[in-house]
Amino acid sequence: MSAATVGEALDARPVESASLLLREATVLDPVAGIDAHHDVVIRDGRIAELAAPGTVDDDSLETIDAAGLHAFPAFFDPHVHLRVPGQEHKEDIETGTRAAAAGGYCGVIAMANTTPPVSTAADVEALREAAREGASVPTGFLATVTRGMEGAELTDMSELREAGALGFSDDGLPIRSARIMRRALQYQRLCGGTIALHEEDPELSGEGVMHEGPVSAALGLTGVPSVSESTMIARDAELARYEGGRIHVQHLSAAESVEAVRAARAAGVEISAEASPHHLCLTDEAVRSLDASRHKMNPPLRAESDREALIEGLRDGTVDCIATDHAPHAPEEKEVPFEGAAMGVTGLETAFAAIHTDLVLPGTIELSLLVERLAGGAAPFGLERPTLAPGSEANIALCDLAAEWTVGEDGYESRSSNSWCAGRELTGRVVVTIAGGGVAFRLRSFSMGVAS
Amino acid sequence: MKHLLTIEQLSREEMDAVLDRAESFAEVGRRDIKKVPTLRGRTVVSLFYESSTRTSSSFELAAKRLSADLISIKAAGSSVDKGESLKDTVATLSAYDPAAIVIRHPHAGAAQLVAGWSEAAVINAGDGKHAHPSQALLDVFTLRRRLGDLEGKRIWIVGDVLHSRVARSNLTAFRAMGAEVTVCGPPTLIPRGIEELGCEVAHSLDRLGDADVVYALRMQNERMAESFVPSIREYAAHFQIDSRRLGPRQLLMHPGPVNRGVELSGEVIDSPQSLMAEQVASGLVVRMAILYELLAASGDRSEPAAGERDEGAPGRPTPIGQPA
Repeated sequence: MSAATVGEALDARPVESASLLLREATVLDPVAGIDAHHDVVIRDGRIAELAAPGTVDDDSLETIDAAGLHAFPAFFDPHVHLRVPGQEHKEDIETGTRAAAAGGYCGVIAMANTTPPVSTAADVEALREAAREGASVPTGFLATVTRGMEGAELTDMSELREAGALGFSDDGLPIRSARIMRRALQYQRLCGGTIALHEEDPELSGEGVMHEGPVSAALGLTGVPSVSESTMIARDAELARYEGGRIHVQHLSAAESVEAVRAARAAGVEISAEASPHHLCLTDEAVRSLDASRHKMNPPLRAESDREALIEGLRDGTVDCIATDHAPHAPEEKEVPFEGAAMGVTGLETAFAAIHTDLVLPGTIELSLLVERLAGGAAPFGLERPTLAPGSEANIALCDLAAEWTVGEDGYESRSSNSWCAGRELTGRVVVTIAGGGVAFRLRSFSMGVAS
Repeated sequence: MKHLLTIEQLSREEMDAVLDRAESFAEVGRRDIKKVPTLRGRTVVSLFYESSTRTSSSFELAAKRLSADLISIKAAGSSVDKGESLKDTVATLSAYDPAAIVIRHPHAGAAQLVAGWSEAAVINAGDGKHAHPSQALLDVFTLRRRLGDLEGKRIWIVGDVLHSRVARSNLTAFRAMGAEVTVCGPPTLIPRGIEELGCEVAHSLDRLGDADVVYALRMQNERMAESFVPSIREYAAHFQIDSRRLGPRQLLMHPGPVNRGVELSGEVIDSPQSLMAEQVASGLVVRMAILYELLAASGDRSEPAAGERDEGAPGRPTPIGQPA
């Protein structure tokens, strides 16, 4: 069975199919085994040809001088918060997907913890309609597992799937009841749809606002122990194994959690997992700043040993993909003392650049691994992985790996500015994004067509 | 020093400057006229989002003794009660051009945020479970007066360390002054990883005899409901400081208010080893010294404290020895 592409399966504002020539680009698609200089020919929204560099001359194509630039399969983020309906002061479909396009993404999956939560077929249909009107990149929607995210009753999962829900998640909250979790996995056999899980035992996380350890001890902030995450992963992996279900673990943060996912996969559970850029780049040491805008999120930033375990998980494939958990909040929700501040940080516009700067340039991970994992979020939700193989739908992130820029210096495409790396100097920038076959983003300072 | 936010942010010199200044205010306090004109015409705002008796009253009296104009705001009954954000409240108060804002808030980092929003010197009078630096300074002052020096002294902090901003600030301050600190309490009330702050951890009072100073913390009744301790009775059986456990050469401190019969037995509170009354007295002079160092000292550490300079030299703060 061949999976649908992001452009086919997800909803976006209709755009003209791109016909472009990326001349002399450095093309890197590790999964397809492509790593060479090419003239990338895009016709009618598909990759027509990867030709020898400098050999294509075609007046019918808009030409971009891509010498010195890298063409990657565009990124896919299975975990963003677009805040629609009900929290449009933080973000909406237009601003959130513009942020995604600026970050090199060809598709995103929006979470359902909105106001009200996405729990009915009508909710899903309304969101899909809104995406067809305003989304800059193909956008998919999850529905909640439980009605109103209350944890008590299942939603009409089958009807939600028919309405186009890509899968299910109560993200923002765990599914507290093992009984409900089991029922959802049983019902999944009927209706399909990956169940994405925010793993946290609220009995253990309690009122915690940061990782439990020496830093929380020093700051007097209530800690969230790592085991509040890993024990729930272990529970749900066992349930998924028993029921033959398919689960995706969201935002892994702790070493114990990576180990739990690894063990479950070794035991044959159909389980995938994601990690966020901020958990890969920062530790709880950053919380000493008490800067809630940058450093308060759930799950919290954890210890250096946890960060190293996540990176090892990226390397060995335990962590399938990098997902931003892009969580915009208004300034008044963040500019308050730490315990009172909203949880979450934005990440779509900086994910590639931040990890490139913090992990690739120092040599911690290879560029090819970053590129592979940034597009790894499609497959867990049954979508075709973005690829540069000839004949494919054009989903391309064209990046200048040498570009230096300061996060937020020109504002954000997102409506919110609670970026975890606000004010940081990063190296590497997305200059053009092609999503679902159409041009979704061009960096303003990057002129197009000059080479023609 | 521009603000007093945490003990960690103070150098040893800055701590000594406050303590030395407090000594000179203690002298003033023995005179008939206890008020000095140092802060005449300047405004101090006291902004308390949590109930407090001794901290708010001693800061307010300290400001008055220095002749400052005082605005005292309690969360209950103010616009804070009506949902105004901290940022908006600070913006409103800034219209009075305060020289200092003394703030207590139930959440960590509140004072630091205010420091970023206001031109005033900000004094953290307690933020969540994070820090309470004026308490630590007054406790160090009290001990320094009694012991001369804290170098090499062994101090045990006993009780609910997990929920205590006093424990954190005092641990840091005692260590900075050269003392060796042990924190002691049930494992449920000792924060995981606290030993990385440079203290020992004990879960029983068996070695309490090693201590030169026993610093007991307040044990709140609600901790039982949250299963931190099975019962107050069981807590007291293991961790109450009583006359059997407190040796005659050991000093006893407590930040107040005390739960008699819980963390301390009645007889030790009233014993000669107890420094609790001295702590309260120190609170006033140390808080005067903090206000003075932030608002009047202008970084000039050599300035004489009492009566050694002409009154009202232009551009210089009025010496504190002169009556207002």
